[in-house]
Amino acid sequence: MFEFLGAGPLTWITFLPIIGMVIIMMIPTGKDDRSKAASRSMFQWTTVLFTFVQLVIAIMIFMNYDPTMLGVTNADTFQFVDRVDWITLHNVPIFGELKIEYFVGIDGISAPMILLTAIVCFFATFASFNIKKAPKGYFAMYLLLDAAMIGVFVSLDFFLFYVFWELMLLPMYFLIGIWGGPRKEYAAIKFFLYTLFGSVVMLLVMIALYFAAGSFNMLDMMNVEGYADGSLLAKVNEGWRLIAFAGLFVGFAIKVPIVPFHTWLPDAHVEAPTAISVILAGVLLKMGTYGMLRIAWPMFPDAVAYFSDWIALIAVVSIVYGAMCALGQHKVGKRDLKKLIAYSSVSHMGYVMLGMASMNETGMQGAIFQMFNHGTITAMLFMIVGVIYDRAHTRSLDDFGGLANKMPIYTGIMTIAFFAAIGLPGMSGFISEVMVFLGAFATYPIHTVISGLGIILGAAYMLWALQKVFFGKLPERWSGPWDPTKKIYKHDDVNAREIFSLVPLAIIIIYLGIFPNTLLDMMSGSVHTLVQFVKTSALYSAGM
Amino acid sequence: MIEQFLTELQKSLSLFKPESALVITFLMTLAGDLIFRKSEKLTANITLIGFVVTGFFLFNECNDGSTTIFSGMLAVDSFAKFFKIIILLSSIIVVIMSLFSKELFDGKRPMGEYYMLITSATFGMFLLSSATNMIMIYLSIEIMSISSYILAGYTKEINRASEASLKYVIFGAVSSGLMIYGISLLFGMTGSLNLLEINQVLATGDLNIVTLTFSMILIMAGIGYKISAVPFHFWTPDVYEGAPVTITAYLSVASKAAGFAVLIRFLRLGFTNLETAPESETWAMISNLDWQFIIAVLSVLTMTVGNLVALWQTNAKRMLAYSSIAHAGYILMAVAVMNDIGTAAVMIYFFVYMIMNLGAFFAVMLISNEIDSDEIEDYTGFGYRSPVLGIALVIFLISLTGLPPTAGFIGKYFVFGAVIDSGLIWLAVVGILNSVVSLYYYMKIVRNMFVRGVELEQKDVHFSPGAIMVLVALAIPTLVFGIYFQQIVEWAKNSVQMFVSN
Repeated sequence: MFEFLGAGPLTWITFLPIIGMVIIMMIPTGKDDRSKAASRSMFQWTTVLFTFVQLVIAIMIFMNYDPTMLGVTNADTFQFVDRVDWITLHNVPIFGELKIEYFVGIDGISAPMILLTAIVCFFATFASFNIKKAPKGYFAMYLLLDAAMIGVFVSLDFFLFYVFWELMLLPMYFLIGIWGGPRKEYAAIKFFLYTLFGSVVMLLVMIALYFAAGSFNMLDMMNVEGYADGSLLAKVNEGWRLIAFAGLFVGFAIKVPIVPFHTWLPDAHVEAPTAISVILAGVLLKMGTYGMLRIAWPMFPDAVAYFSDWIALIAVVSIVYGAMCALGQHKVGKRDLKKLIAYSSVSHMGYVMLGMASMNETGMQGAIFQMFNHGTITAMLFMIVGVIYDRAHTRSLDDFGGLANKMPIYTGIMTIAFFAAIGLPGMSGFISEVMVFLGAFATYPIHTVISGLGIILGAAYMLWALQKVFFGKLPERWSGPWDPTKKIYKHDDVNAREIFSLVPLAIIIIYLGIFPNTLLDMMSGSVHTLVQFVKTSALYSAGM
Repeated sequence: MIEQFLTELQKSLSLFKPESALVITFLMTLAGDLIFRKSEKLTANITLIGFVVTGFFLFNECNDGSTTIFSGMLAVDSFAKFFKIIILLSSIIVVIMSLFSKELFDGKRPMGEYYMLITSATFGMFLLSSATNMIMIYLSIEIMSISSYILAGYTKEINRASEASLKYVIFGAVSSGLMIYGISLLFGMTGSLNLLEINQVLATGDLNIVTLTFSMILIMAGIGYKISAVPFHFWTPDVYEGAPVTITAYLSVASKAAGFAVLIRFLRLGFTNLETAPESETWAMISNLDWQFIIAVLSVLTMTVGNLVALWQTNAKRMLAYSSIAHAGYILMAVAVMNDIGTAAVMIYFFVYMIMNLGAFFAVMLISNEIDSDEIEDYTGFGYRSPVLGIALVIFLISLTGLPPTAGFIGKYFVFGAVIDSGLIWLAVVGILNSVVSLYYYMKIVRNMFVRGVELEQKDVHFSPGAIMVLVALAIPTLVFGIYFQQIVEWAKNSVQMFVSN
């Protein structure tokens, strides 16, 4: 379907940004100011073009997605599959028949993520327009990051998955490190070291899984019964299997991030430029939970059963602790709006974990839906912070107040986003949180009740921030004509570019709040298959 | 008797063509240098042509079954051939690198000896990677060492270089003294210098374990010195920092390759049961020494010390020196596996290590040509002054860290694969933790080149097209072999076979 030049839509959607990157690299920067400005807009619009084409392909995939094809464990029911041998070695002393495939395809778990990535990357491009310094590098890295993210979501071969997973680190390092805020170097290397630590642990598990399954194909790796006898991860070696699962879990948990691996996140978010914060919160965090669903859960049903109490517990800790940290941003002198939203991400990703720990369809579906919704909502929140930061060059809540009169449209958009984050009915976040809670309550009632605290705290910090920014007295520095030298801030309302990137996201959020089935139908079959596969596995009951 | 000897000699010489070509190259360079003193590049060209001819003979070396030549002194097998190719390729790259070096060409220094010494060091390494006799091992280590002592101090008017050379000589003399003492002990116990005969004696098992251990410690000191394994590494940072960059690069790749070749051959021929040669199982060891544990401990020490000390370095050359110690640790990890899998992993690693390490050193050299400094602090904003060099160096450093999609990842991948396969999980865990640590110091260079100094309006730097071409020629394989590595693995896999018996 939609083959073009011999490659299917998933290949195109993954590698288009790389083509865009190469094109950007070839556009000369120019010497004087005028040609520099001209080349800068060339870079911008090239990126817009490529992310737009990507979005179009993603929507085409969405329209043509067949929800009766379930995927998950069956290679024949994945959709838009491209499968080519990549590396084939015969009789390698180490690996026997070493076969690495270029194998991409989607099912109900990855399809929403593709759509999310394409949406977020396209709209975040517009938030990148104010990048002045070294724009060529910025947009090149941006597109490379984009390609790597899509690649992670489409890969069905673990080796390929790993390559994309790691490919994403370097552009992210540069994007935070070069174009970030004052403590960018620290934040960038911290991000890099944390995630690298997670991924090298994952590498070891990947190699061990390969020796067990004799293939890098994820679907073969899910077939625990077929593991080689005597291999380290064969089902008799329960201890090693649990250790391997823990390794994978830590690798993914760092990315999510789950308390106590979350400390890179506030730093990275606060220092990253707006668009990168948007991508970080909107897409990158989901790769962690996606990896768990695609790899850790189906390959280690016994370990899931064994650890699920603990996973539920750390999910609750993440929810409550993240919310309390966000609330802590209301202490005078520490009021950083971006940090507040960063911590709220920790809390909201905790819901995803809780839904995944519940091991039933409602909870799991809620978790994936929450991944999508959190992606769009947080993307919006970070763009909103970016808007105000561009005008005020500060994110401190202390410097704001009474903006409702000055920036009415902005106030409206921000209110939508904040209410969506709180989980107001009628918004998409509400549906997914309810589903997570419904699912989790069936398995972990006490955990769920405690997690309810997260919602209350969430309402508290969000409304408090909203109140602080928009109501009350307008600080003097906002009242005069704009003058950066005297600390008097611009108070133009949102401009067309910002509206263009914010409003569609708001529409998606509200639309999915009213018609959640648009997305839920897409994933329900696959989620059912996944839950059944894990739960009916003989190992699952053995691990209980 | 004489006739037999003559036929043996004839056969030996016919299988000794690559080495003979090197000797002739050496003599031609000498003659060329004497006759055309004025010509700067002539000797370099003679050497390069000689290397290419050597390569031609090497590739055409018959592959049908391995054999020994010169009465069991040298083995001609695919294992040696692989390492010889690595050594020759890095020698060629180093000679090309030398053409762009500013510190070497200050206009008055005669360069003939320089290339001659590289040739003779290469000759020593060739012998070392195929030596099967303890005396041959010792002699070839000396040939290669003495040449490299002089090379390390080639820019003799620079104090650091003289210091480096002197340190190198002293440490080298001590370690080869220890080694020859160890060899003599071994000879005293077994009555032979030939590894295969030593093996037969060891198999009987009635040897004094204390003396054997002592002699092994001494011999390992000699080999450990060549591969700069901790605790025999103390010379490395000073020598690497003081020597001309080209020689640093050369020592860190070629001389290490030869050292590892001899280490593996020494263990394989001397200490394993040669009757059983299963592909994937651990070699059956015949002495009471727990080689696997010894090598694993050496490996852990080497990579940990190398990485932790590298963290504190502010000089790029010195940092790369410690990083090369760390890489020796990763490679030792694969040696510790003690089977053909591990050997293949060592080979794959060496191939990619050669490309990325020489690339990194070449980039550092080009930068130092321009800014006359190796301090990482002085690299600030360099990535914007010369984007091509900046990007290439990032690729090399990422590859040294071992991140996909670069060749370094493939090397690490097969090393860890071999280690996990043999069940040494703890070793693999130490290894990956080390590679996380290494990211920090490699990123220090990247940080200074790109993250810092974006606003600085520094003058663009333009390197000569030749230099850029060499740089790109090293960067492209670093990327390509990260994505498509079938051939290297096939080649390494087919090359693990070693000469084991007559």
